[in-house]
Amino acid sequence: MVSVIDIINVGLFAAAIRMATPVAYASLGGIFSERAGVVNVGLEGMMLMGAFSGVLTSYYTGNPWLGVGVAILVGGALGLLHAVLTVKFAGNQIVSGTGINLFAVGFTAYMSQTIWGSRGASQSVQGLGEISFSPLKGIPLIGDALNTMLSYKPLVYVMFVVVILSYIVLFKTPLGLRIRAVGEHPAAADTAGINVYRTKYICLILSGMLAGLGGVFLSLSNLSLFVLGMTGGRGFIALAAMILGGWKPIGALGASLLFGFTDALQMRLQSLGLLPPQIMLAIPYILTVIVLAGFVRKRVPPSDYKPYLKD
Amino acid sequence: MSLRKFGSAVRRLLRGTGSILWAGLRGAVPQIIAILAAFLVGAIVLAATGHSPIDAYSTVLAGAFGDSYHIGQTLTQATPIIFTSLAFLFAFKCGLFNIGAEGQLLIGGFAAAVVGISFAGLPVYIHLPLALAAGAGGGALWGFIPGVLKAKFGAHEVITTMMLSYVALYVTSYMVNYPFLEPGSWVPQTVFVAPSAELPRILPPTQLSGSIVVALVMVSLTAYVLERTTLGYEVRAIGLNPSAAQSGGINVKRGMILALVISGALAGLGGAGEILGVHRRFIDGFSPGYGWDGLAVALIGGLNPFGVVLASILFGALRSGGMEMNRALGVPLDVVFLVQALVVLFVAAPRLIRYLLKRGGYRW
Amino acid sequence: MNTAVKMVNITKTFPGIIANDNVNFEVKKGEVHGLLGENGAGKTVLMSILYGLYKPDKGQIFVNEKEVKIDNSAVAIKLGIGMVHQHFMLVPSLTVAENIVLGREPKKYELLLDIKKTLKDIETLSARYRLDVDPKASVCDLPVGVQQRVEILKALFRGAEILILDEPTSVLTPQEVEGLFDAIRALTGQGKSVIFISHKLKEVCAICDRITVLKKGKVVGTVEKKETTPDALAEMMVGREVIVALKKEHVEPGKPVLKVQGLNALNDRKLPALRDVDFEVHEYEILGLAGVEGNGQTELVEVLTGVRELRSGNILFDGKPVTHASPHERIGMGISCVPEDRQKNGLIMDFSVLENLMLGRHDRPPFATKWFRLNLSKATGFADRVIQEYSIKTPGTGTLARHLSGGTQQKVVVAREFSRKPRFIIASQPTRGLDVGATEYVREKLVEMRDQGCAVLLISADLDEIFALSDRIAVIYEGRIVAVKEAGQTNELELGLLMTGGKR
Repeated sequence: MVSVIDIINVGLFAAAIRMATPVAYASLGGIFSERAGVVNVGLEGMMLMGAFSGVLTSYYTGNPWLGVGVAILVGGALGLLHAVLTVKFAGNQIVSGTGINLFAVGFTAYMSQTIWGSRGASQSVQGLGEISFSPLKGIPLIGDALNTMLSYKPLVYVMFVVVILSYIVLFKTPLGLRIRAVGEHPAAADTAGINVYRTKYICLILSGMLAGLGGVFLSLSNLSLFVLGMTGGRGFIALAAMILGGWKPIGALGASLLFGFTDALQMRLQSLGLLPPQIMLAIPYILTVIVLAGFVRKRVPPSDYKPYLKD
Repeated sequence: MSLRKFGSAVRRLLRGTGSILWAGLRGAVPQIIAILAAFLVGAIVLAATGHSPIDAYSTVLAGAFGDSYHIGQTLTQATPIIFTSLAFLFAFKCGLFNIGAEGQLLIGGFAAAVVGISFAGLPVYIHLPLALAAGAGGGALWGFIPGVLKAKFGAHEVITTMMLSYVALYVTSYMVNYPFLEPGSWVPQTVFVAPSAELPRILPPTQLSGSIVVALVMVSLTAYVLERTTLGYEVRAIGLNPSAAQSGGINVKRGMILALVISGALAGLGGAGEILGVHRRFIDGFSPGYGWDGLAVALIGGLNPFGVVLASILFGALRSGGMEMNRALGVPLDVVFLVQALVVLFVAAPRLIRYLLKRGGYRW
Repeated sequence: MNTAVKMVNITKTFPGIIANDNVNFEVKKGEVHGLLGENGAGKTVLMSILYGLYKPDKGQIFVNEKEVKIDNSAVAIKLGIGMVHQHFMLVPSLTVAENIVLGREPKKYELLLDIKKTLKDIETLSARYRLDVDPKASVCDLPVGVQQRVEILKALFRGAEILILDEPTSVLTPQEVEGLFDAIRALTGQGKSVIFISHKLKEVCAICDRITVLKKGKVVGTVEKKETTPDALAEMMVGREVIVALKKEHVEPGKPVLKVQGLNALNDRKLPALRDVDFEVHEYEILGLAGVEGNGQTELVEVLTGVRELRSGNILFDGKPVTHASPHERIGMGISCVPEDRQKNGLIMDFSVLENLMLGRHDRPPFATKWFRLNLSKATGFADRVIQEYSIKTPGTGTLARHLSGGTQQKVVVAREFSRKPRFIIASQPTRGLDVGATEYVREKLVEMRDQGCAVLLISADLDEIFALSDRIAVIYEGRIVAVKEAGQTNELELGLLMTGGKR
């Protein structure tokens, strides 16, 4: 007999935080991009390339932290590509983002096949260790729960730090003020002497770096290998989280936690065999659609997404 | 009508057609450059990973157009892509990005399969159109949902169509693995549809079916609707300037919903064509990503229904030729998808092409 | 050092036009120098070059008698040049303080924004130049006159010694203009130089010390204010009299065509835009609605055309309620509209002239048949006729609207709306941005429609236009109709007072 405590317990909440992490990273990336006035639907592809390059690096060097570094660089490079196409060449932002997504899928599949001989998964590699609070287990009654709630892979803690940093940068620093001005009214920023192009470039590179970080979390923290298409639409869910969170870092974190919770719940239910796997897997996506329908009406994007063209 | 008058009329017609073709080709220069650039980068990737680009590309070419069998297979691969690219194109004309054509194709294919399996006693001239209609209807439903969400709630269709694509994948997978599974089969597929619901093969032994006829009819119909009907006028007006369209009395919300419904229906019809013409049953995973090809093809085809046909054949050639390349040389098929993605990236920014041309012009 | 700015032989071309043709322009330190010319004469382009937004094809610029190259606004700002644009460059969701310091933010610990210092600095400047603002208010909540003060403070905060004001009075009431002139005198009193771009003769003559006149990109001449008159300047600007007296006979107004009662509506930010609006427009009558932009006119047009929902109130058309009719239905009933932003609401720029002329009736006979098919041959016939009748300068019906001049674009809108033989016309800022010829044409056509029995609601911020065309005049302020008078029984001063909320 399956009881409620099998489904809803501390482990579920811990799992929710874990599952929310990649989405949170990517949605922060989305926020920086959109606050500067560029739509970034290529988050999915940037995450996937981040996941892949992290595993690739760990495979060749045995050092997962180097993998994280490379993933950030690769994500940033794709962000730069998106910037060049949409800012310098005033290209269509959605087409460019979709092109990056398609590129990531094709490239990672091709390279997976070439290097590891399998389209499905790579070999297992060195993953990132977990920071554990097992001494806490000694505390009577709540020790176990505390340990579960507080022990995570390092990139989860980093995520919380990045959220707070993003909030500070966007709303408490001159750079953040300029970003918001560039996104909402680029002509005003330009006439105030701000370099609009450079600001957009910075934000898009940052966007890619954050997405890459989210992706490498999936591959090196969660699993320690690369699976084809392992991002599973999280780059798009991150966009929904960004919108739900009102284009603010703390809000996006909250929205990501909501999605993470659903994801964790769905996996828990799947492992208990209550419903066919396909129905369970569809739940996060259905939830995203419902969220966009129900709550988005109140949200207005902060930016003007047209390419800024000068003389 | 004297012979001389006839001769001059023919000459005028030829000149007219020629100038339209020439104008079309000149307008297609950015797309052609994008394709060449993508192939170039693809060649670099191939070379860097130890394959010979020349061997690879020539095998693809032979595999696509080598003989009548291969041409037939190329056209078979091109057919669903025509549908999905029309789907993307139609929504795009209304300013909407339908990137869920893959899901709409799956739902449409499944709906067609269900109708094809049930209603077995009907004569072919009722059963087949009914099954096709079911395919269009299923896709239409899958376009209606994001359409309504966009019109009523402002939900961005890029995200909703993408999400519904995943949902379609899982729902159809569930259906074919459980309730509709062919009894006693280990492969996730349904039973065959009734013969009265099959689209005839028109070029045996290839799999080319009547689906391509339906596709070409849809191309003409789409072009006609867009340019010669009030619906097409309104769709284009909304896509170019929703404010002015609304002031001009156009119901923008209704137009957006209709655009996505028609878009979904086209993709669904493509799915139906695949099921009823090629496979004759619903197989889990029957689409190797035709929905995504549609997006790239629509862009390369210059968002023009007739350009779409040419570009679809190109992508169909890449697919069927690619399979040959994989079989004969062991080059992973994914290099084809890589090239397709590169085309999309190059087409995303027309100014990039102009910039490259200028730089190249300086060289030689 | 007597010369603040000197621009020598400046030439700038854009595809198809020469915006500045060998322009020589000089500003002395501490003077108010007027740059006068019609729309399109090249004034804004010249100053945009000075502010680094454009690069000249030829010519040199000297600031404080040293030659400089101004590649972008940051360079201009460093040289002490500040510009207040015609269309404000303020970020709506940011506060006054944030907008003012944007790009030159005071920092705490090198990384964070120093809010306290920001507020202090603004207070100091505000007091010195008599420009009163609330630094913590969001710009989007401020009235236009206050926004302009923010723009000026923005320039001063960056240490502007040379201030360029581009059409600063186009959004102000007569009273607010006086306030601006006071501030300008305070600025020159402190040694700053002011360049005053305008096409309004009277104001230029009132405030400027010297005046340079531009016509079609060339300098016609530079004169001292004391040595010239408005008429002489007008002749320099155009070569003939600028304001042509419009032939308008008195016609007896007929029965009311449009009657609005108790209209209440919200704007996009959910704030009240229309408050208990009541008025009538009769056949054979032009009702002019005067008011500073941003007092509810846009929302009123949207409510009348059916694009915006009312919170409460009634709209009666020929006695029948149309409050909930869709735009489509209203077009069918004979309501036409010339919108204030022709590029946003009037035309579809990437549609051809033919397609634009069809808009609004594209789904009715004779343009459409029973089965939703477009009847292009009938449409082309109609378009050819209309192009002739309204003298629309276009190479053909297939030309894209984007490729037409501003005046021709407006003619397309006017032709489309008027050829429907409407019962009621809404004309919102119909001559904005048009040259003299196009302006005259549109005004004549409005009177012609009135003479044929149409009811016309003319919404304009240009008091000259209101007086030239209206039979009766109403004033809108903060969403309320504050007065309705016969045209002959009021004057500019009284209207100016009402437009800013003063009682008469």
